[in-house]
Amino acid sequence: MSAGIKEIMNNLSKLLENRVRLGIMSALMVNERLDFNSLKELLDVTDGNLASHLKALEKHELIRVKKQFVGRKPNTNYMLTNDGKKVFESHLDAIEQLMKRK
Amino acid sequence: METSTHADDLKTIRKIMEESSRFLSLSGLSGVFAGIFAIIGFIIALLILNSDRISDAGNIDLALFIDALVILIAALSVSVFLSYRKALRNGNRIWTGITKRMLLNLIIPLLSAAAFILIFYIEQNFRYIIPSMLVFYGLALVNVGKFTFGEIQYLGILQVLIGIISAVFTEYALYLWVLGFGILHILYGLIMHKKYR
Repeated sequence: MSAGIKEIMNNLSKLLENRVRLGIMSALMVNERLDFNSLKELLDVTDGNLASHLKALEKHELIRVKKQFVGRKPNTNYMLTNDGKKVFESHLDAIEQLMKRK
Repeated sequence: METSTHADDLKTIRKIMEESSRFLSLSGLSGVFAGIFAIIGFIIALLILNSDRISDAGNIDLALFIDALVILIAALSVSVFLSYRKALRNGNRIWTGITKRMLLNLIIPLLSAAAFILIFYIEQNFRYIIPSMLVFYGLALVNVGKFTFGEIQYLGILQVLIGIISAVFTEYALYLWVLGFGILHILYGLIMHKKYR
């Protein structure tokens, strides 16, 4: 049973091997929520690139999307799910282990 | 090879966490300038208090008020200018969500201070004006430490302590004020400038 969970965690952790996705998760670890433009400026990526990575993280339920209207403008905010936090932490642990082994 | 990419990953995580949660464009030099302006303001205040030409109490109050206001505006302007320059140089934006959160956390204690000082002035109770300036300003800095360089909290705690001391030894309050707003600012600014230039 625990092997199954471990495998799932490993697969999710693989998602974070990409720099942009790792960046999104890092930023959301220290900010309750961030909107699309803040993330875009922070990570210095194009709209399309950021959107596809956000979609991937959303699909695996590591982040949650909240759409709001500020006046008439739509504003999309992103936040981590509890699973997202766990996966990020275990990803950090994994990096640490790998570095120790070397 | 593997280790180096993991080390890079950790570096990226750290950098993004810091950049997205802290206002890092605050320049140490702005502390130095704030301190110098405070000392200039202190000297002008001494001149006003010892002047024969301004004898009326109301005029002295007005002169001291203008002195304080000009010094405050000068220190803030230089601080904004230097932060703006540092942000440009490092390729960062200055007006972000963090900047707004930081300013909000700074402004709430400072406006409370302004309200208290106004009440003390209206009641002609001058004894606690300087102590409340130091204590509230110190608390504002402690509050803001979550959003910029954490070291600013030490400066805040020292300001609070000096403020409390000045509430007890009111005859030295003006000198304690210049120690807090003048000398400590300069020392803090120099340390930060050297550390994070």
